[in-house]
Amino acid sequence: MASVPAVLNSEWTKIRTVSSTTWTLICAFLVTVAMGAALSALLNSQFDDLSSAERATFDPTYVSFSGMVLGQLAMVVFGVLVVGTEYSSGMIRTSLSAVPQRGSFLFSKIAVAGVLALLVGLATSFVTFFLGQALLGDRGTDIGAENVLRAVVGGGIYMGLIAVFSMGVATMLRSSMLSLGILMPFFFLVSQILTAVPGAKSVARYFPDQAGSKIMQVVPDAMNSDPAPYGPWAGLGIMALWVIAALVGGYLVLKKRDA
Amino acid sequence: MIELDGLTKRFGNKVAVDHLSCRVRPGMVTGFLGPNGAGKSTTMRMMLDLDNPTSGSVRIDGRHYRDLQEPLKHIGALLDAKSMHGGRSAYNNLLCLAQSNRIPTSRVSQVLDTVGLTAVAKKKSKGFSLGMGQRLGIAAALLGDPEILMFDEPVNGLDPEGIHWIRNLMKTLASEGRTIFVSSHLMSEMALTADHLIVIGQGKLLADTSMADFIHENSRSYVRMRSPEQERLRDLLHAEGIVAVESGNGTLEIDGEAPERLGELAGRHGIVLHELSAQRASLEEAFMQMTAGSVEYHAHSDRDGAEPPPVGPHWGEQWNQQQSGGAAGDRAKEV
Repeated sequence: MASVPAVLNSEWTKIRTVSSTTWTLICAFLVTVAMGAALSALLNSQFDDLSSAERATFDPTYVSFSGMVLGQLAMVVFGVLVVGTEYSSGMIRTSLSAVPQRGSFLFSKIAVAGVLALLVGLATSFVTFFLGQALLGDRGTDIGAENVLRAVVGGGIYMGLIAVFSMGVATMLRSSMLSLGILMPFFFLVSQILTAVPGAKSVARYFPDQAGSKIMQVVPDAMNSDPAPYGPWAGLGIMALWVIAALVGGYLVLKKRDA
Repeated sequence: MIELDGLTKRFGNKVAVDHLSCRVRPGMVTGFLGPNGAGKSTTMRMMLDLDNPTSGSVRIDGRHYRDLQEPLKHIGALLDAKSMHGGRSAYNNLLCLAQSNRIPTSRVSQVLDTVGLTAVAKKKSKGFSLGMGQRLGIAAALLGDPEILMFDEPVNGLDPEGIHWIRNLMKTLASEGRTIFVSSHLMSEMALTADHLIVIGQGKLLADTSMADFIHENSRSYVRMRSPEQERLRDLLHAEGIVAVESGNGTLEIDGEAPERLGELAGRHGIVLHELSAQRASLEEAFMQMTAGSVEYHAHSDRDGAEPPPVGPHWGEQWNQQQSGGAAGDRAKEV
């Protein structure tokens, strides 16, 4: 069997020597922080215009994470490209010739990229939280308040899981374009729209992003959002199940199909 | 040493590789020859465990590819020029391969030097020409200093200087005792580099023979005769016990007779000849004849004489019999 530390080392070299890694991760950070800051400032200035229900469930932590909706798309791109460029460049044949054990190859790659996405996610989460609270002024909260640290760390985990989920999907579909064509509209439109449709709501709340994002709420049903039949950690658990399913699917495709 | 045992690959109901059994031996260049679509690349991908065989197996030094620890140290392969990430520099593309198999980093600069890419080592490989991409792929194959090297159509798209370089490289590597397996659809190319030939057509083994044997058996010499009195000529030859084959356009082809004798014979009987010439079939023709029945994509032409030559139905079997008779090895030594 190939030596796992050697394969991890090789995958780390692969990730750090392509420019797409840098720009997608910087994008994820900047978009999340900038949009979170903008919405924090906006809601702070227009707090009095909010409905009474929204004011009652005002969640300063969740508000500062508003940028995740867009920022996660950059994480999707990162995850898809890490796997997809192996296929689009033809590198996959060279890679599998060097590491023929499919499991070692795939899970080393996903471990390295997943840890990197998690670290960037955590940095993003903390920066967007503190910047958001500063802009919310008196309506902001403190990292020491109840459940706030859980939400901030959870935001970082959420971004990491989104990236890993995308890697699993890209391994199944074996194409960057196809994966992006499915995942981008799904996270940006389909998932958001279905949660607003009465009939589809009960299904859509089990989608990975909808379930996972509960971890970022400190106030239950924050900002008058739909009450969910699961708590923040259970929500993250549902998302983790999606991620595991995507990885198992990806592994099976890689193992069974010709490269 | 690579051993193929009953290797078979089906795509749906199309058989790409059909019960292929052969050995690729060390210390020589083995040419893997077949027309386009014969299953060469599929076979090579199965050797590297990239494609799963429908049945049969491949052994590399007695082991399955997936069981090799750090395979780049056993076998290096060039499959196609575009098998690297274009956004990564040549150096980094090789570095990540080296690291995965615990090959010392210093080796990366060494192989870049061997293939002459040192000057562009830091350049992104997407800007590389086909020839440079081919060289980078060869550098990757050489990285682990492997005993077995495989090249799929390495001269495709190369300029004459590049072709010359690859030929010499393969010969040098073979002279170091390595196993060199190189595919091509050009007989003329193989005649210059290969010591041994494995010919396939539609996935089936057609020949497994030494190059010397192939040349000996296939550079058939014959005499071509053309006469306005073809019937008389033919009767005359028949009476003398000489077998003449009509080859269209009113010409006769005679095997195993000297042109002098045939000319004198015709002269004695007063038969006018328009042509009397000694002919030698090229290796390319021999190869085309061998694979004519198994070419998948024929070009069609309305011109006379452009059809593929008639095929003896048992070419492959003939070769196999010779092979099993042990004659091939002996003849190879003579040459």
